[in-house]
Amino acid sequence: MSTIYHANFGMGDTIEAVCLAASDGFSARYDLDRIHGKFSRPAHKLYGQDYHGKILVLDTAKGGVATAWMLYEMKSRDVYPAGIALNSVNPILVQGAAHAGIPMLAGFAEDITTAITSGKRLRIDPKTKTLICLD
Amino acid sequence: MQLNHEEKAMLGGEFGPVAKAAIEHQIKVGTFFGATDFVEVSQSHIMADTESLGEAGVKWLEFLAGHSLKDRFVRIPTITDPRGTDFSKAHVLKQTKTMLTLEERAIAAFTKLGVSMTDTCINYQTIMAPILGEHVAFGDTGVVIYSNSVCGARSNFEGGPSALSAGLTGRTPRYGYHQDEHRRPTHRFRVHYTPKTLNEWGSLGGLIGRKSGNYWTVPFVEGLQGIPGSDALKHFGAAMASFGSNALFHLDGITPEARIYGDFGAANLPVVEISEADIRALQDSYRVTNEVDVVVFSAPQLSLIELRDLAAICGGKKFTKPLLAVTSPQVKPDSDRMGYTKSIEDAGGTVFSGMCFYQSYAREIAEANGWKRLVTNSAKMVNILGGYGYVPMLASMEECVDAAVTGRLS
Repeated sequence: MSTIYHANFGMGDTIEAVCLAASDGFSARYDLDRIHGKFSRPAHKLYGQDYHGKILVLDTAKGGVATAWMLYEMKSRDVYPAGIALNSVNPILVQGAAHAGIPMLAGFAEDITTAITSGKRLRIDPKTKTLICLD
Repeated sequence: MQLNHEEKAMLGGEFGPVAKAAIEHQIKVGTFFGATDFVEVSQSHIMADTESLGEAGVKWLEFLAGHSLKDRFVRIPTITDPRGTDFSKAHVLKQTKTMLTLEERAIAAFTKLGVSMTDTCINYQTIMAPILGEHVAFGDTGVVIYSNSVCGARSNFEGGPSALSAGLTGRTPRYGYHQDEHRRPTHRFRVHYTPKTLNEWGSLGGLIGRKSGNYWTVPFVEGLQGIPGSDALKHFGAAMASFGSNALFHLDGITPEARIYGDFGAANLPVVEISEADIRALQDSYRVTNEVDVVVFSAPQLSLIELRDLAAICGGKKFTKPLLAVTSPQVKPDSDRMGYTKSIEDAGGTVFSGMCFYQSYAREIAEANGWKRLVTNSAKMVNILGGYGYVPMLASMEECVDAAVTGRLS
């Protein structure tokens, strides 16, 4: 049975993918080994995990402005997250997702990182601003 | 979003395809955040090192730059954040020809777009500080938080594509920190220790950033003694923005909006107390070894006064480990002229210009040089470099210089 989570903000096309979820932040510069497609910051809760093709379910955007370029660069090499869902977002991730064309949802009524666990198959539907857990 | 006549013309292509692409991008972002219209901005500042851009990003810039002169030129003063290298000293870092070629291509493209290559993240100290109430479109989180908080300007974090778009259109979507309602304090901190050194200011900023949570939170800080200087607030804000993604803070009785509006109602917020021990604990959490491979002063670029202080400490010393100090192209000539560069380099250090350490292929230069254990007085940098495979440690300027001499943190 699917569970639906409603977001306040959405952008991009509808996609489905397996997720990586954690109560932690996100910055492409601070947290990722973008060459190998893994979380590389030792303190990050997804450390060592492959993110390519996954929907990232995380708490909030962290850190600097580089992510605005990096998502586009990651997509050009086909090593990029399929979508991003965050409890709260900063402009950099939105600008980066807009530039790269990566679907994004943000601003949920509940803590999305505790409601969803890694490995679940999700659908991001930015037009209806819904995140649907299909498992 | 409501568009005026000029904006509709841009969207309709009357200003050319580059401005059309720029405003389309801005409308996507503005619509996401519920912006109702645009606000004109007076300056733009673009973060675009080639490690972030990659081949794809540089090709995109080259595509824009390939349009006719009348179609591709920025409409307002548009400047750049640090590059990914100092060409004259790239060999010290063992950067590759591929990295430098990509940098050259990016610079050529930006120049064709009419962007002024200032290559600095301390433009508020060296180029043209914005004034109270001025709407700008700044990249680099440290630039934004300083400009918003210390100068009273109004900017969101503008990533490279959005900052360039703002340069090309002369405006940005009106949301976030362009609006009064987002500038009120959301968190209140009472500090029981006023930092004395730049690493302590960074630690305090990092701590407040970590405790306040995200981009939309605005810390109101009380209890500081005296008026901090520009370099202190530079490290304080840069670390807060790095640890917490914050874009604005108010210091009770110090920063301009706190002077105008008092506590903004912060007295009704719960207080988070911060002690000297809390500040030390953040710093100590990075002290995992005493061995040091490299000492770095960067992030933000050093002011002339920081270089003066560093030069004074370096005098008469001989380093056994590399010591790298990074400043802006505006400061470097003065540092040379006043003998600061010579004092640092006579001791065995290297002064770089126009780059930033962590934006200069930090992972690759670590592997090429065998650098892992890094010590710095920048709290912002220790927060960033863990993800690049370093073991970063935070210490005072004096302790950093001593580490370059002995190879160990005392």
